[in-house]
Amino acid sequence: MSTPTPPASAASKPLTPTKGGRNLELSEALKAYKGVWVFIEHDRGVVHPVSWELIGEGRKLADKLGVSLSGVLLGSPDDKLDAFATEAFHFGADSCYVVRDLVLKGYRNEPYTKGLTDLVNKYQPEIVLLGATSQGRDLAGSVATTLLTGLTADCTELNIDSNTRALAATRPTFGGSLLCTIMTLAYRPQMATVRPRVFQMPPSDAARTGSIIEDTLSMVESSIITKLIDFIPDAQSNKVNIAYADIIIAGGKGLKNPDNFKLVWDLARVLGAEVGATRAAVQAGWVENERQVGQTGKTVRAKLYIAAGISGAIQHRVGMEDSDVILAINTDANAPIFDFAHYGIVGNAMTVLPALTDAFREHIAVRGRKVA
Amino acid sequence: MHIVVCIKQVPDSAQIRVHPVTNTIMRQGVPSVVNPYDLFALEEALRLKDQFGGRVTVLCMGPPQAEDALKKCISFGADDAILVTDRAFAGADTLATSYALSAAIRKIGEEQAVDVVFTGKQTIDGDTAQVGPGIAKRLGLQLLSYVSRIVELDLDARHIIVERRAEGGVQVLKTAVPCLITMLENTNEMRFAPMENMIRAARYEVRKWNKEAAGIADITKIGLKGSPTVVSKVFGPTPREDKAEMLNAETSTPRDMALNMLQMIFTRKPELEAQIVGNV
Repeated sequence: MSTPTPPASAASKPLTPTKGGRNLELSEALKAYKGVWVFIEHDRGVVHPVSWELIGEGRKLADKLGVSLSGVLLGSPDDKLDAFATEAFHFGADSCYVVRDLVLKGYRNEPYTKGLTDLVNKYQPEIVLLGATSQGRDLAGSVATTLLTGLTADCTELNIDSNTRALAATRPTFGGSLLCTIMTLAYRPQMATVRPRVFQMPPSDAARTGSIIEDTLSMVESSIITKLIDFIPDAQSNKVNIAYADIIIAGGKGLKNPDNFKLVWDLARVLGAEVGATRAAVQAGWVENERQVGQTGKTVRAKLYIAAGISGAIQHRVGMEDSDVILAINTDANAPIFDFAHYGIVGNAMTVLPALTDAFREHIAVRGRKVA
Repeated sequence: MHIVVCIKQVPDSAQIRVHPVTNTIMRQGVPSVVNPYDLFALEEALRLKDQFGGRVTVLCMGPPQAEDALKKCISFGADDAILVTDRAFAGADTLATSYALSAAIRKIGEEQAVDVVFTGKQTIDGDTAQVGPGIAKRLGLQLLSYVSRIVELDLDARHIIVERRAEGGVQVLKTAVPCLITMLENTNEMRFAPMENMIRAARYEVRKWNKEAAGIADITKIGLKGSPTVVSKVFGPTPREDKAEMLNAETSTPRDMALNMLQMIFTRKPELEAQIVGNV
């Protein structure tokens, strides 16, 4: 991720350690908390890729701190937790804490909260990272409240503050118009969630190994009030997964109406691409909300991202700026999107999009014929 | 039955502007609204009330002017509105916020026992989705987050069945009431406020609770003091170092401009060209 170094502007306020009479000093007892943990999320036999992305980023944090990196695997005895642990080692974990119990079959808030909370209290990590998925956010909020510690949601950058050795978690704020860096100074563990695709998939090294630490959960099914009675998988046809799409054509409010938005679909069809949109376009009802790219939508790392009629507010930017090639089309030559796009066209998307669609179609026809 | 819906007054984020030089938020003139995600929670609560009878109480923590947001909820059909407002709450992060709101809900429950607490999925200004789960944990309520549909509620048997949005599918969960539901967006459509409710809202006196009235004795748990997270800096984005290669649509025909752009991209990224040509 490109690092937004804070400019020396009036708004970058230095830390004031005594503000409001708060305790910002880490107690001796909490200084014993060591190590970086990643909660490894899995469901119906599959690990969510965000967990591996976090192992990759957690490795960097652990190395900066000179501590170990561990994965946490909670599941039922018939889940493939050993295989998941092996994979975690390949991606960079030094060890995995594994809890196997029948009550952990399928995600439920109560047993998972107890499982993770008990492990944290027993083994005392300084940092706990989770994916900002529906499971990770559900769990992180409950665990942080139980432990009475700080949790920063949907971070776009994680670092270690050199003065305090605290986790410096950066995320968009104020509805996505500015970025802020948040630290948990006097409490442990420091918790953060990160959305899928914000960090890159780390390389896998099949030679890496690690140790498994088994633990148990003292909970019986009859004490758990919530029951998981069914799981209805999404139909294949209406599964929109733009987070992992290679080519994305996205439209924003600059397209003015739902009819013009069809031009985005036209280009997407020619390129075999997915369609994305800004929050404004989704709120206007032009496209389904699964297609929203940005802080409150999906984060993408496309090979080609074409942004039509999108001004480039931070809210959108943090969701797509790590794409390889960003082509922006906007009538306003001073639109913020041109500050981080690789290619820009100053012009009306309503004329530029059809021209691009034709150009790509021709190009594919000509080159396709040559290849064949 | 008695339902509490937690709402927040937020600035209409679509209208927030950042000062281009100082990177500070220009708040003047930005209208405040009920957090749009909370309206799905309120509508779902009103539907339960339509079906089962009872009361809907809306609860908000915020500055005195947040009573406008609560009055809006009265106009949609909420019965009662409570604003928890105190200078001591200023600077609260999600942990301190969930403490204050859960204390207030306990207090509300002393007047009439609460069956279901609703929150929105998240707010549009904080975007954390942490306060709902936090309240549930503090009150010991079963947490049902990202609920897309209430399948069944049986007040005699005291159970509820919901569909909950998960990765790649929907979980069907059965639990006991009281519980806390965070409602997913676009799951229902807010009703129009009938004229009589609008008149009632205009005359309605929002109940304002300071920290004592909300039953909070320990001020180290609220506001800045009760917040473990510290905002260390706020800053604007920085432009990429290398400037974008720009074309202007007005200096050539759209067709030439488009072909030109393809040329520029594919010369630099032949592997992208290979993928696109092979893809289709």
